Amino acid sequence: MSQQQTKNSITLKGSAQIICEYLRFAINSVLFQRGLYPPESFKAEQEYGLTLLISEDPLIKGFISDILRKSEEWILKKEVKKLSLVIINVSNKEVLECWDFNVQYEEGDVVLSKEKNEKVSSKDLKKIQLEIRDVMLQVAATISYLPLLDCRCSFDIYVHANPECNIPEKWMEAAPISITNAQNVQLKSFSTNLHKMDTVVTYKLMD
Amino acid sequence: MAQFNYLNEINSLATMDGPITRGPLQRWIKKSNNENINPSLSSSLKNISNANISSCNQSLQKLSITANQSCNNSALSNSKTPTRNENKKGKKTPCKTKSPGRSTTPTPNKASKTPNKADRFIPSRSNSNYDLCHYMMSRDEEKSEEAVSQIAASEAIGRVLTDTEPGRLLQYTCKAPAAPEGYQNRLRVVYSQAKVPSTVKNNTRYIPQAPERILDAPDILDDYYLNLVDWSPSNVVAVALGNAVYLWNAGTGQIDQLLTLEGSETVSSVSWVQGGSPHLAVGTSSSTVELWDCSKIKRLRLMDGHSGRVGALAWNMYILSSGGRDGNIVHHDVRQRDHALATVYAHTREVCALKWSLDGKYLASGGNDNLLNIWPLAEGQHYSQPQYLYSFNQHLAAVKGLAWCPWSAGVLASGGGTADRTIRIWNVSTGTNLNTVDTKSQVCALKWSLDGKYLASGGNDNLLNIWPLAEGQHYSQPQYLYSFNQHLAAVKGLAWCPWSAGVLASGGGTADRTIRIWNVSTGTNLNTVDTKSQVCSIVWSTHYKELISGHGYANNQLIIWKYPTMTRVAELSGHVARVLHLALSPDGTSVLSAGADETLRLWKCFMLDPSKKKGPTDSKAAKSLLNMNSLIR
Repeated sequence: MSQQQTKNSITLKGSAQIICEYLRFAINSVLFQRGLYPPESFKAEQEYGLTLLISEDPLIKGFISDILRKSEEWILKKEVKKLSLVIINVSNKEVLECWDFNVQYEEGDVVLSKEKNEKVSSKDLKKIQLEIRDVMLQVAATISYLPLLDCRCSFDIYVHANPECNIPEKWMEAAPISITNAQNVQLKSFSTNLHKMDTVVTYKLMD
Repeated sequence: MAQFNYLNEINSLATMDGPITRGPLQRWIKKSNNENINPSLSSSLKNISNANISSCNQSLQKLSITANQSCNNSALSNSKTPTRNENKKGKKTPCKTKSPGRSTTPTPNKASKTPNKADRFIPSRSNSNYDLCHYMMSRDEEKSEEAVSQIAASEAIGRVLTDTEPGRLLQYTCKAPAAPEGYQNRLRVVYSQAKVPSTVKNNTRYIPQAPERILDAPDILDDYYLNLVDWSPSNVVAVALGNAVYLWNAGTGQIDQLLTLEGSETVSSVSWVQGGSPHLAVGTSSSTVELWDCSKIKRLRLMDGHSGRVGALAWNMYILSSGGRDGNIVHHDVRQRDHALATVYAHTREVCALKWSLDGKYLASGGNDNLLNIWPLAEGQHYSQPQYLYSFNQHLAAVKGLAWCPWSAGVLASGGGTADRTIRIWNVSTGTNLNTVDTKSQVCALKWSLDGKYLASGGNDNLLNIWPLAEGQHYSQPQYLYSFNQHLAAVKGLAWCPWSAGVLASGGGTADRTIRIWNVSTGTNLNTVDTKSQVCSIVWSTHYKELISGHGYANNQLIIWKYPTMTRVAELSGHVARVLHLALSPDGTSVLSAGADETLRLWKCFMLDPSKKKGPTDSKAAKSLLNMNSLIR
């Protein structure tokens, strides 16, 4: 029993934080690796044993953190199924690429949860970070097969919420995302045992 | 997914078409096929089975895409399929029932507009739902029409996310800014590809137009991480082709087959021992390292210790260090009965580069986990400690290029892959990153000058940078001496002139197509010549005042240039894909070119005329011309 208690446990809130931290690095990595913004506007940070690049642009930073703060609340309430990062051609508003981050809700460690009277996971944080690292390496490797984004691009993040979810202020419903001649690649997943994250990239296949 | 397995089994029992119907992707089938085949037929049959497998791979990839979206519906609606299947025999094989539009949806790493020599593509096996895909593929065509039409429909419509599940799609009303006006995606250089017309030639002396020898390499593995060619100090080239190792004596032209591995195993690395003795270490896909005596064509010993293929080998005296796909480095003492001295858990992914420093004090390992690790020597031993001295994680991509400085102990240069694009110089005695030559671009080429005074780096940002030596140090300063931005494309070929200090030749990529000659003492561009083709590699001759360049698209030729006038001496064609690598033989008379067309070709283009010795006079002439050039500018 004492062994159980000394074990690390991740609470629901902590797990949501891990998910959102991953999303922040993943979204920034995509922006950097896909060359959406000038590389000078990114700063290197050490995370998951990797060097990852984070945008220094105050507008981009603010946009991502606003969305992730709200998403963290939604994830805690299990109201979010998926976040989609879409890359849009500025001139004709065409969606060129879509990165889906699917959130699945898991049960965690049942025995330990009973003991603590809240849902917890006993998965080792180191192990989770190693799993995230594998996903990040794959994200960086995608530039070797994704088509060149040869135009001025912008990005947007859509949240796929439950039908009964309330729309907060400054948020609105969006039109469905569609990509013509699409090709998907599923990347690795990671899980905190409370949340499982699948990453899928969909891109427009150029002829 | 067990139900699908069951249905598949029923399916395959009912079909009589042969082994292919058993399903395309099962690894064990592929393996057993290869094992059953008579070795003499292996090459042709292997090709067929490979072709089948790859085509199935493609359709499978496609199915995995669409299946993930429509799987639930179609799988349920067709749940009665297998029982009806039992009555229908002689149906088409699943491989032929490829889904429509397959040709337009290749696997990602084969997409036409993407760079074709990718660093790596890591598919996610666990997420790809192979059982379901296999089930969907191996159903009869008639029954799967519904599914196929669904696939086609969803393909035509494109990708509609909301049709899968009900829910609200929300967006934040404050939007992120678009990229600044006029900003061009820097990755363009990675993708550039254009054809250029052929050129005229101007011969001034006889040079054989045909390669002295073409080493056909039909089964050479197209894998970035393997080390398949090694040229020994005693002038013997070892080449690994598929499951065999061939020795080719560059002096006599004699070819010997050293070994052939059994079954489907392949050779993944070869490395000659230092000092010119005829011992060759061979790493295999079956996780073993073999030591061969090439003078007797005899295997001396077989060493294990890995659980994945051995892709990197490095010698330090009698210690052989091997790096495997399992991420481990094993140190073998080839003299001892218990060869495995130590196993080092080095990387979480494949070890793709392994180099002992020239003084044997440090081992550097580069991995597919983007780490560069430095291992110190174990106390009084010739192998490394199990704990790394330093682990550098600054690279953003696989660390594929490693080079120890030949004249300064403990200085190491490392280069990252496409997603990284930097070179870093390390002092491994202090563990400091002496210099990050951050070109913000893929580093295509890196060369120390022969006198060690300058480091030249060519980048995918089209810059050629010259880095001077730091005051009283043996590594370069963090500030470049010159940065030449005249190249319009990636600077891939770099070569320091072996007989004239401070003279450097650089070649640009497809968008540039020029070779430029530089005097780095004065920072002047001595000469520029348009080659009309991508320059992949440059090598200087040691006998003649000439240099040879390897080219890509359009002609895939080698061109010999007279220095310093830069007139064409000869054009050597024969490769059908770009010339990736050039190497000069130890005696300087021949050039070995390695092409992307799976051939190695030897060109005796710098043969010495036995009747006269023209070397010294030529070099004088070249020097005086060089001086004149530098005076003029």
